[in-house]
Amino acid sequence: MTVKPPDIKLDEILKGEKVAVAQALNLLEDKKPSSLARRVKLVETLSLNAKPERHIIGITGPPGVGKSTLLSRIIPVYRDQKKSIGIITVDPSSKMSGGALLGDRTRISYDPKDADIFIRSMAAGYHLGGLAWRTRQCLTLFESIYDRIIIETVGVGQSETEIEDVVDTVVFVVQPGSGDVLQFMKAGIMEIPHILVMNKADRKTLAEKSKNDLEAVASIANTDMEEWNLALTMTSALEGWGVDALVTAIEKHGLYLNERNISEKRRQNRIKWVHMIFRERFGSFGVDMLGGEKNILRLLKYADIINPFEEVQTLEKMLWKAISDSRLAASASSAI
Amino acid sequence: MEKKVNQIKDKPWLMRTYSGYASAKESNNLYRGNMAKGQTGLSIAFDLPTQTGYDSDHILAHGEVGKLGVPMRNYEDMEVLFDQIPMEKINTSMTINAPTAWVLALYIATAKKQGADISGLRGTIQNDILKEYLSRGTYIFPPKPSMRLTADVISYAVNNIPKWNPINICSYHLQESGATPVQELAYTLANAMTVLDSVKERDDVRPEDFPKVVGRISFFLNAGIRFVEEICKVRVFTKMWDRICRDHYGVEDPKLRKFRYGVQVNSLGLTERQPENNIARIIYEFLSVVLSKNARARSIQLPAWNEAFGLPRKWDQQWSLRLQQIMAFETDLLEYDDIFEGSEVISKKEKELAEEAEAELKMIMEMGGAIEALENGYMKRNLVKSNAKRLREIETGKRIVAGVNKFIEGEPSPLTENTAQSFLTVDDAVEAQQISSLKRFRKSRDPNKVTFALDHLRESIMAQENIMVASIKCAEAGVTTGEWADTLRDVFGEYRAPTGISGVLIGKLDNDNVLRLRAKIQQLNEALGRNLKLLIGKPGLDGHSNGAEQIAVKAREVGMEVVYEGIRLTPEKIAESALQEGVHVVGLSILSGSHLSLVPEVIGCMKQRGLESIPIVMGGIIPKQDIPKMDLNIIRRVYAPKDFDLNKIMNEITDVVAHANNIELSVTEDNTGDS
Repeated sequence: MTVKPPDIKLDEILKGEKVAVAQALNLLEDKKPSSLARRVKLVETLSLNAKPERHIIGITGPPGVGKSTLLSRIIPVYRDQKKSIGIITVDPSSKMSGGALLGDRTRISYDPKDADIFIRSMAAGYHLGGLAWRTRQCLTLFESIYDRIIIETVGVGQSETEIEDVVDTVVFVVQPGSGDVLQFMKAGIMEIPHILVMNKADRKTLAEKSKNDLEAVASIANTDMEEWNLALTMTSALEGWGVDALVTAIEKHGLYLNERNISEKRRQNRIKWVHMIFRERFGSFGVDMLGGEKNILRLLKYADIINPFEEVQTLEKMLWKAISDSRLAASASSAI
Repeated sequence: MEKKVNQIKDKPWLMRTYSGYASAKESNNLYRGNMAKGQTGLSIAFDLPTQTGYDSDHILAHGEVGKLGVPMRNYEDMEVLFDQIPMEKINTSMTINAPTAWVLALYIATAKKQGADISGLRGTIQNDILKEYLSRGTYIFPPKPSMRLTADVISYAVNNIPKWNPINICSYHLQESGATPVQELAYTLANAMTVLDSVKERDDVRPEDFPKVVGRISFFLNAGIRFVEEICKVRVFTKMWDRICRDHYGVEDPKLRKFRYGVQVNSLGLTERQPENNIARIIYEFLSVVLSKNARARSIQLPAWNEAFGLPRKWDQQWSLRLQQIMAFETDLLEYDDIFEGSEVISKKEKELAEEAEAELKMIMEMGGAIEALENGYMKRNLVKSNAKRLREIETGKRIVAGVNKFIEGEPSPLTENTAQSFLTVDDAVEAQQISSLKRFRKSRDPNKVTFALDHLRESIMAQENIMVASIKCAEAGVTTGEWADTLRDVFGEYRAPTGISGVLIGKLDNDNVLRLRAKIQQLNEALGRNLKLLIGKPGLDGHSNGAEQIAVKAREVGMEVVYEGIRLTPEKIAESALQEGVHVVGLSILSGSHLSLVPEVIGCMKQRGLESIPIVMGGIIPKQDIPKMDLNIIRRVYAPKDFDLNKIMNEITDVVAHANNIELSVTEDNTGDS
């Protein structure tokens, strides 16, 4: 039968040894029922080993705005600061074939000898929300190894908001002339990110025109949100300028979060993760049986989620109970 | 149309052979031999390190030195290359793009040394960077600084070497990437207009000299096998260009509006199976660019019959030269006026092509020109799409290729009886020799002069001066190709072009083979626990990515997850990506002939990372006798261009992965393609 899976070596993983990290990723992505127990155990262990100083950054925006090239420019800035980086790029899957083209690597340049950088591409599969079902598990792994974790994904509007429930800092990238996206933000159809980047700002005339739209978004954001002022940056990933300012803005948001309760925000994100796994397994029927999404989030409100899979099991037990209760109620009512 | 009444024989076109290999000395020897056989112009092929701006001892150059052309590192190489060839008299074509300014600087410095009057130099240098992003892959810098370099060369040439054609804008490689005639017309002319516009913006070209610039733009075309359509294509090129020059650029002198072009007929369609048939293909393709007097090529180079499986020998090149000489000197072609004038059939087809091409051109120009259509991936996406369509037609037999997908039964060819001797191989010792000659050269020069020249180069780039002047000084000071290019890399940065593959939609009309394959891959995915993940990359410097792109598109269509790494990768980078991505199989594409040095390196780097159990499949121009020289426990399949049945390839890759993971698949096995 199949080849015996390699052992997972936690100490090597935590040291960021790439062979061990890669094997751990392969296990975290493994859907085989026979791997489930090991996978769940690994997530739990990793959750207990998260690096306290980590910062999770999401880079999103419409296709073609230059996210990967921008990422390629961000890497050396962080590496110069001696920060290790884990990167997850997510690309859509073909609905027709299930296949996917993961082409971000061609645009991200890095030194293959550099021990402190790791890039993993994944296909979103049929999972809703723009991320892959395994993105969060892999993120848990990276959280135990790297100083900065960047998730890059395509986002265009309403349905692609999952990234906000996963990362600490949302960076939304647009290009000159992306009026629509900015209108969505202004109209409240789309969440406003923490940092808004206009890439390709080397296209000067067009960039100047679009800047007004950006500022309009900023003025709305800065009255709506609490103390964080939406940061606007102009970059040219192609010509390589504006990237330092972007990284400074990202770091500033990290500090802002650290001064507040970042662990609470991350706990909330993990609650949403539990809800997501539950919904994927039991669908809206399951969610409804437990009183809807809000109620599920309320049920989990005080949970200190080390192992999301365990929480799902708890919810699952509640679900079976709810189902049998409703059957009882139904038979009772038919008896009358 | 003006009609000539006299029956003076037309002058024959320039006859060239695209060649060069091993070293400047060997290539010089080859050129002199070819000229003795009646060749009237040179066409220099540079090796890939030169084309991508690396010295022979750079890590990426390993395995590529002297393989596909002559290594050109410094003025000494240029001197040896033109030993006993008077540069003042010869007409030279140089296929070089990103480092155009540098190679032209070496040429000019050498011509000066030979005592030539440089204002009389004749020839052309490719200098067409836009198509490198779309097809050929030997770009280095981002589009904007690249366009500046292009314009620098043009403006320098117009002012200093006025008989030189400082650019030839290529439709050639677009056709190789799958362009339809309409796309060839539209994209090439859009590229030409973008080049002209960028020269026009500059202040070193006086407005009254601009028509001269227009008059120096030349083109480099391809001729495919559908030769009636091709005849019409070149005629439409001539007419559209004339119109653009007159209406858009206001050029009044009709001579300056002439569409002047050189041709290499299509190498893509040449087959490895029954290779003698290629001679017929070459001739039919050749017809399309000589038959019309009003749209006849200025210079022609024909490929050799055996190019699909190796480098042509001197005799193979001679055979192709004779094809040209027989056409020009034995037939009566040159005695007649344009033989298609007045043909309704031809003019109807011309009109059809022109209308479609005009519309497409208009769209690109409205989009913002060729650079925009390049950066946003529009052109590349459409090329990949057309190429996928073309391949599908061959796969399904809709497009017939004799000896390949039809009329396959044949006698053994006496031409290839002794395979190892039916083409040229470059001795592996060449690389070491070239590296040691380079090291000797570096020691022999005055380091202060080199540093000074490079500093000056950097300053003049920053000061927006024409790069040619400082480059010629660098050439004379003994700067090397790698040093010159590194200086520019440092200032301009490097670029990765859009791959075009992600925008290709998967067709809804899936045939049974594709559906069966998807089911099989689905089954494998479940057994693996993760979706089948394939890494595709091109090690080395070869930038011909069409094959790799088509495999990537197909793999996604049948349901694989494809990590597409692109071109110009070190073996270590490929191994590192295989590790980080957790792929099940690696696909390598190598067309430059450097597989025997690159493949073991990739395997070595993978072993270092504990990836020895990951199988590799490869594609490219791999001679049969080289296959057993590779580690076949790891290299599980080797595909050649003749393996056109992509479903079959996908099926085999699936089997390779299943086998490597000890998985037995129960899906029926008859899904091996259409043929």
